[in-house]
Amino acid sequence: MDIVVIGAGIVGAACAFHAASAGLGVTVLDRGPVGAGTTSRGEGNILLSDKEPGPELELARLSRDLWDEAGEELGPGKVEFENKGGLVAASTPEGLAALHAFAARQAAAGIQTERVDRLDAFEPHIAPGLPGGVHYPQDAQVQPVLAASGLLRAAVRRGARVRTGEALAAVTGTDGRVTGVRTADGAVLAADAVVNAAGTWGGEVGRRLGAPVAILPRRGFVLVTEPLPPMIRHKVYSADYVAHVASSDEGLETSCVVEGTRAGTILIGASRERVGFDTTMNPAVVALLAAQACRLFPFLRDVHLIRAYRGFRPYCPDHLPVVGPDPRVPGVLHACGHEGAGIGLAPGTGALITAQLLGRPWRGADPAAHTGLLPDRFLTTGGVPK
Amino acid sequence: MYEPQDVVDLVVVGAGPAGMAAAVTALDGGLRVVLVDAGSAPGGQFWRHPPDHPREALPTEDLHHDLRTYRALRAALAAHERTGRLTLLLDHPVWTTARAADGFTVHAVDRSRPPEERAVVLRAPVLLVATGAYDRQLPFPGWDLPGVLTAGGLQSLLKGGGVVAGRRVVLGGTGPFLLPVAAALAARGAEVVAVCEAAAPSAWLRHPAPLLRNPAKWAEAAGYAGTLARHRIPVRTRTGIVGAEGEERVAVVRTAALDADGAPLPGTERRIEADTVGVGWGFVPQLDLLLPLGCDLADAGDGTMAAAVDAGQRTTVPGLYAAGEACGVGGAALALSEGRVAAVSVLTDVSAPGRPGLRALAAERRAVARHRSFAHALARAHPVPRNWPAWLTDDTTVCRCEEVTAGAVRAARADGSASDHRQVKQLTRAGMGWCQGRMCGPAVHCLVAARAEPYTPAERLIATPITLGALADSAHPSTGDTPSEPT
Repeated sequence: MDIVVIGAGIVGAACAFHAASAGLGVTVLDRGPVGAGTTSRGEGNILLSDKEPGPELELARLSRDLWDEAGEELGPGKVEFENKGGLVAASTPEGLAALHAFAARQAAAGIQTERVDRLDAFEPHIAPGLPGGVHYPQDAQVQPVLAASGLLRAAVRRGARVRTGEALAAVTGTDGRVTGVRTADGAVLAADAVVNAAGTWGGEVGRRLGAPVAILPRRGFVLVTEPLPPMIRHKVYSADYVAHVASSDEGLETSCVVEGTRAGTILIGASRERVGFDTTMNPAVVALLAAQACRLFPFLRDVHLIRAYRGFRPYCPDHLPVVGPDPRVPGVLHACGHEGAGIGLAPGTGALITAQLLGRPWRGADPAAHTGLLPDRFLTTGGVPK
Repeated sequence: MYEPQDVVDLVVVGAGPAGMAAAVTALDGGLRVVLVDAGSAPGGQFWRHPPDHPREALPTEDLHHDLRTYRALRAALAAHERTGRLTLLLDHPVWTTARAADGFTVHAVDRSRPPEERAVVLRAPVLLVATGAYDRQLPFPGWDLPGVLTAGGLQSLLKGGGVVAGRRVVLGGTGPFLLPVAAALAARGAEVVAVCEAAAPSAWLRHPAPLLRNPAKWAEAAGYAGTLARHRIPVRTRTGIVGAEGEERVAVVRTAALDADGAPLPGTERRIEADTVGVGWGFVPQLDLLLPLGCDLADAGDGTMAAAVDAGQRTTVPGLYAAGEACGVGGAALALSEGRVAAVSVLTDVSAPGRPGLRALAAERRAVARHRSFAHALARAHPVPRNWPAWLTDDTTVCRCEEVTAGAVRAARADGSASDHRQVKQLTRAGMGWCQGRMCGPAVHCLVAARAEPYTPAERLIATPITLGALADSAHPSTGDTPSEPT
């Protein structure tokens, strides 16, 4: 079977890696270089801690194991893979109670959690007076562009090809099944299946393939400080959002993630704004992130911000990724809409797509176990997204 | 949050020649202006001065050019400051700008009382960016040794504090800017052992017209030539600095004759004892504030991209104007004219009562055209030589902040995955450190990009480092509508 994967970001690279490993003929098509979209605009989070029990957490658990395997093959140092663990800190006793309840549900779903009474035993520089938190030893970190290009290289070693170009339309046979992809330069890449791994641009690529999916951009800023000696060991964030989840259905308001990198810089991310593809700077959001980070780690007040970047997370209306075959155009599969979790969910998504293509489980991914992510969930009669 | 003025018509960022001229013209036309600059005195790099207090103690007058214009502009600014229509904010680097419903916001850091840092937000219905340019640097083996500086750095040490950076100096690179630096160093007692000019002396003969139309440049060049002759400073053309050696500091400079494309000719290498090296390959427009605002760029003709402006210095963003080196490097005289033209456009566009006459404007625009054509001729005569990377060994550091070598950059390209300097940054960390690629960006660009492409700097949303504390204090409670989440 020959497939075309549209998108050379982390998800496309992981799809190519797994599909090529399974012996499929893979062509990766992207209009730009590897990982130049949302992949390069995040923090490289591989998180279990922030996910509620449900379909996304199931994919995240699978993905976490596959990250360990992929990290081995790519070389943990080469992709800056760090098994650093996450630390969620509550700021009030009520917040701590809500966090503990949340963590108990996650533990029941198979996530490793560990109550922490003394946060400073984990993070010596954290703000004093915080009541406690939860340690998530499985949370990890990877440098996303290095990881994407590493996965793609590994796919190429298994026979995959990478091609620069823009997907224009699906080519279909008389039975309506995909037979290939037409590119903007007029070429047709023959394929038995096409995987839409275009991330934030997955909505547009889906339209071009005749299988539109509702994927919208959600802007985020990430801040980077000057390099420092190691000061922060884990991915640290405030549990405020857990209290919000517990108290209301809408206000998923939380504080930033603060973490050190191997280069010595500290990353502070990330904001969420629904402003379309507006690339302009929002100094107020940057200031707010800074304020939140300084509340968690007061020493940051004297540390210089040297860089900020922003990107656009691809989100679906129900905030779950869309992974699987589209019933409207046989042979089209979607692998996009991972919002801010694409790095962590990429290997699981690649394995699941491969399993769906093969029609049997692959690397622990069983198509029958991840039906909550299928595109059908958006489709009413007639195949129009809600 | 500190907002110094209720009502202001125009914010000018950068108090160099372009910004000073623009501010004075706009003030003369009746506008209320905020002029904001990172330095502790107006003048920019060209008229860089020591901070106000010790000025008498450090005579730097002889190092400057056209001080009469500088004094006139300062006097005009001072007069407008007294009337309250000008707010001059010195020691206020601007860290970002943003579009707002009623114009722009300009976000600065008040560093006038160190170590305190305070965030300052200026509201600007109209914004004029005159942020100048910075040295274009090209790496060579040993360029990370103490004692290796940019030509511009040597000059600003002299002008800004009377500091002579070394005793035996070798200058290299290309362009006439090397000459005033050599003259100034010699005048302050340094021994300038050689000026290594990569271009051929005949380069100017191919395009003599712009030089002939700018007699003032002749006179200026003749003045420097005289100084150089008096101090017996040899200018070696088609020669490059290809290496520096030393333990704690530069001790030996290696130079070589260059072929037409800039590759060192075998067997021509010379070793010169020196404690200081100054290198200048021209300048790169400072676009950090302009890029995030979304203004279009244009090929400046010297291997760099600059702000695209119309004949009135309007950028492609309504209400945003640019003047000076940010629109293409061309020297102080051009910057002054562009600053005035930009201010006249502002006055016209906001229908201010006091606008200069059409004749004066036409003359100013002619001056811009004349200086601009001179700048283009200069760029043609003093290009960055195509084969400069021939000096590099694989272990030559290219990005000093992150210690990334030329070999690592070339490997990222050979891998097939990196085709521009942004991609190289992601794969190698070149350009991710303190200077954010301001130093290595043009060099990395040359190493990976198609040759003909001019350098476009990476977008930098943070134009100058600012402490998180100062930022945090500026956080507005009313922005609680923009929550953040872990992923």
